[in-house]
Amino acid sequence: MSLQDLKERNVGTQEYMLVQEDDYPKTGWEEFKQVMKRSIKGELFGGLKITLKIMKEALFNNNMHTVQYPTEKLPISPRYRAVHKLLALLESGENRCIGCGLCEKICISKCIRMDTRIDENSRKEVLEYSINLGRCIFCGYCAEVCPELAIVHGGRYENASEQRAHFGLKEDFLTPLDELKNQQEYDGFGAISPNADERMKKTPLAY
Amino acid sequence: MITLTIDGKTCQAKEGEYLLNVARANGIYIPAICYLTRCSPTLACRLCLVEADEKQVYACNAKVKEGMRVKTVTESIAKERRAIMEVYDVNHPLQCGVCDQSGDCELQNNTLYMKVDSQSYAVQDVHRPTAHWGVMTYDPGLCIVCEKCVTVCKDMIGSNALSTVKRGAEALDKSYKESMPKDAYAMWNKLNKSLIGFEEDKCIDCGECISVCPVGALVSTDFQYRSNSWELTKIPASNPHASDCSLMYYEVKHTSIEDKNPTIYRVTNEHHYASLNGATRFGYDFANTTASKDEAQFEEAIAAFKKAQSIKFNSYITNEEALILEKLREKLGVKLINEDAKRYQNFMSAYAKASGSSLYSATLEDIHNANFVVSVGSFLKSDAPSVKYAFNNAITLNKGAGLYFHPIADPHIEGFGKKGKTIETIAHRPMNEEAILFLLLDLFGKDLPQDVADYLTSLKEKRVKTITETIKETVVEIVKDEETGEEKEVKKMVPKKVETQVEYEYTKLLDSIGSDETLLDTINAMLDKKDSFALIVGEDVIFHPKSENMARLCGMIEKYTPFNVMVVPTQTNTLGVSLICQLDDEAEGFTIGYNEKANYELSALGDGNLDMPALNQQEGTFTSLDKRVVPTNVALPYGGYVLNDLANVLLEEDVEYTIEYTQSLPTAQGFKAIEFDELSNEYKNDRTQNRGYELNAASLECETSFSFLEKIEMITSSVIYKANPINQFNAFTAKAKQLDDKNGLYLSESLAETLSLASGDKVSISANNVEVIADVTVDNQIEGEVAYVSYFEKNSETEQLFTNSRYNSATIKKV
Repeated sequence: MSLQDLKERNVGTQEYMLVQEDDYPKTGWEEFKQVMKRSIKGELFGGLKITLKIMKEALFNNNMHTVQYPTEKLPISPRYRAVHKLLALLESGENRCIGCGLCEKICISKCIRMDTRIDENSRKEVLEYSINLGRCIFCGYCAEVCPELAIVHGGRYENASEQRAHFGLKEDFLTPLDELKNQQEYDGFGAISPNADERMKKTPLAY
Repeated sequence: MITLTIDGKTCQAKEGEYLLNVARANGIYIPAICYLTRCSPTLACRLCLVEADEKQVYACNAKVKEGMRVKTVTESIAKERRAIMEVYDVNHPLQCGVCDQSGDCELQNNTLYMKVDSQSYAVQDVHRPTAHWGVMTYDPGLCIVCEKCVTVCKDMIGSNALSTVKRGAEALDKSYKESMPKDAYAMWNKLNKSLIGFEEDKCIDCGECISVCPVGALVSTDFQYRSNSWELTKIPASNPHASDCSLMYYEVKHTSIEDKNPTIYRVTNEHHYASLNGATRFGYDFANTTASKDEAQFEEAIAAFKKAQSIKFNSYITNEEALILEKLREKLGVKLINEDAKRYQNFMSAYAKASGSSLYSATLEDIHNANFVVSVGSFLKSDAPSVKYAFNNAITLNKGAGLYFHPIADPHIEGFGKKGKTIETIAHRPMNEEAILFLLLDLFGKDLPQDVADYLTSLKEKRVKTITETIKETVVEIVKDEETGEEKEVKKMVPKKVETQVEYEYTKLLDSIGSDETLLDTINAMLDKKDSFALIVGEDVIFHPKSENMARLCGMIEKYTPFNVMVVPTQTNTLGVSLICQLDDEAEGFTIGYNEKANYELSALGDGNLDMPALNQQEGTFTSLDKRVVPTNVALPYGGYVLNDLANVLLEEDVEYTIEYTQSLPTAQGFKAIEFDELSNEYKNDRTQNRGYELNAASLECETSFSFLEKIEMITSSVIYKANPINQFNAFTAKAKQLDDKNGLYLSESLAETLSLASGDKVSISANNVEVIADVTVDNQIEGEVAYVSYFEKNSETEQLFTNSRYNSATIKKV
């Protein structure tokens, strides 16, 4: 197909095939003939064959197409925005969060809160971190604004509970130490773009 | 008034005002980082470049001229500004993650305003470690050396504790000198070589430098990393600790994720309009948090009030509470006892008889604007810090001069200007303030009443002194020309010292002050080109055995001299209480104490029989030093009973909130019938105070009769003086966790040496037939032989060392 063809938007003049236009039954008799023809021809079994085939696979080859939720879950896209995770530093297991509070500031449903203090090494330490998941609208702004990629969206999407407002505290979100080896870098929402290196304008440094 | 146009807008300005100030007052934005109103221009940032009458000038130090035409942006200025901003951003992080300024950052704002998105300059950074300076933390890595902190410390506070110092740094690349805009290069060259240095001995921990710092380089150590500024709710209020009642903001947030009760995280101010003292900035956590409503206790309180014969209280209360107490007095016939306000009341009524006005004339602003300031009988550094700031400001900015009369020498005040030229501190003998007031009348008075004039003349005598002068004499010499042999007469000027006898007028008042005739010469020299005068009268005079006479002298100074007089109220609302309440001298019978020790105690400190709200948990008004009724708001919730609940039962009224009393404050005393909610609490852009309303002063008829100077004999051994350390004002500041001065004896280094005492020792002080054991603190910010004894804690034993004066002689022994 040439570019010319693409630009031609006058539908009907190209090689389109119009269905149900030519041999519409015109009289009652013709209609009856068409029905009879289709019924006897056995087209119906063509579709049923697929069903039967899958039934056979499921029954005898143990090849099910349904997902056994909740024991079984479908893999979800990294860009899916479910319950937050706080990532840890792989080297030390410490929280990556520097307590800048930008997530708290940007949060449009005001569901993030944190307590900070100055620690023994004169550094900012995050004491407590909470997200009110009942209020969170999973917009992803917090993950996008985080300068350290410390808060990200994970794949945990089940929020069913008797209570609308259930708080998630730091220990719920933070990667536990023993799970650290399984922690995956986050490539979803808020991740730096693949061509970030090219786009970056470096600050000149004299050394 | 002068008219000029800025960017086409016609503006009115006062003669001698700076361009930048005029532009800001008229809502025209000229970027500037280092500029501070009320201080001298620093010229550090150079961003305020403008074009005035086709010439580039710095708006912060260019004075306005009639018909001036100003353009705030031209192409070359924009280029210069952008280069300056780029320079500021060299090696300065702008991602800002954990900087304590949390977005309230002038550097960040200006970078965005100048649209800086790339960097053309670079220099190697050097390691600059953080430092802890008392209540503040300095991070040189964030410092842009705008010198705002240095300027405010010098021009406003008068401590001179901060200065720029050298830092080791890599030199700038030579090629920049040619390639960069001129101002940007000059600024960078200076910036790259300097840092801020600190002298601890001079610092008074007022924290004003924290307030002015445009970036996060100077922060409060206590507040650091506790909260981001955008999370804090700003509650406007008035200073509860001192009578300046200056505008301040309590910044409040929930305590933590678990504890949702609000807490005050810090106190801030608007440094372009008013400064705060250390006690106010750091002593905010005095709320009474334990209170709850216990009906049995309330019934008990009602019963106590019904049988009470007197109510004892101090002036750390609001006007409304004072009015409630006054109404209780009327209804129940109790006596109201408040020594502080009573003394002030007596002083002011005697003052009014002599001056003809019920209130003193000066406001804080008058002192800021004066160019000849005299302070008598006020231990300014801890009695009235904001007055001290104004004093310093007047001397440093208005080419002013000042005299500070006080027995305890204050090295800070000596550092206000040039000693003997612009400032003279006279450590006179205690209790002789009367002579000083007479001297002022003598020197400045015109058309004095006959008896006073006669008395002053009777003290005078002619004396002769020998002065050595250097004069130039013309000497004629005969010089022989060697070549021609001709003789010539040559005239030469030769300096010669001549002793002359000069007759001068001496007044015996100088003997009483403990000074000599050089003081008169100094004053005369200082008076050159001075046209606005202010006199500060302090607590020593109000609490003097002869205070009534002194009050009259002050009144006469107000009336017969060009001085504007300020009688500094001793506690937050002394002026208000003295106007609202009818006070008695002595308590009798069953006494109720409101924040005072008595038979039955109402206390906002949480230690009494019934809890009361502290001043940061109350709505109400104070009557300030500026004779203004200013509102204060609730910063923290309070769960218990308030005075109004008691009053509702006792007065059989139904008033829901205490602030409903605001409009019924006595109009006869100058108050206005304005509702609380109508009172504003802010400064306008052109620095006018839009806070509450001003009291009306009543004109009275004058009386002129006098009792004259008699010597008060005292002062034998060591002299003790009743005063508090610099950041402790009362029992409430004593509760604050950041202020940890000890109650006890404070003495100068030299006195400590003579008595062989050191900080941490214990001494017994005997005076007034009382012996008190006290802790010793060596205060390196005073000098001289007079030690002061603090009394800020509730029921301080040390208060008993004094009778009816702030001075006493005492025996101090080491234990």
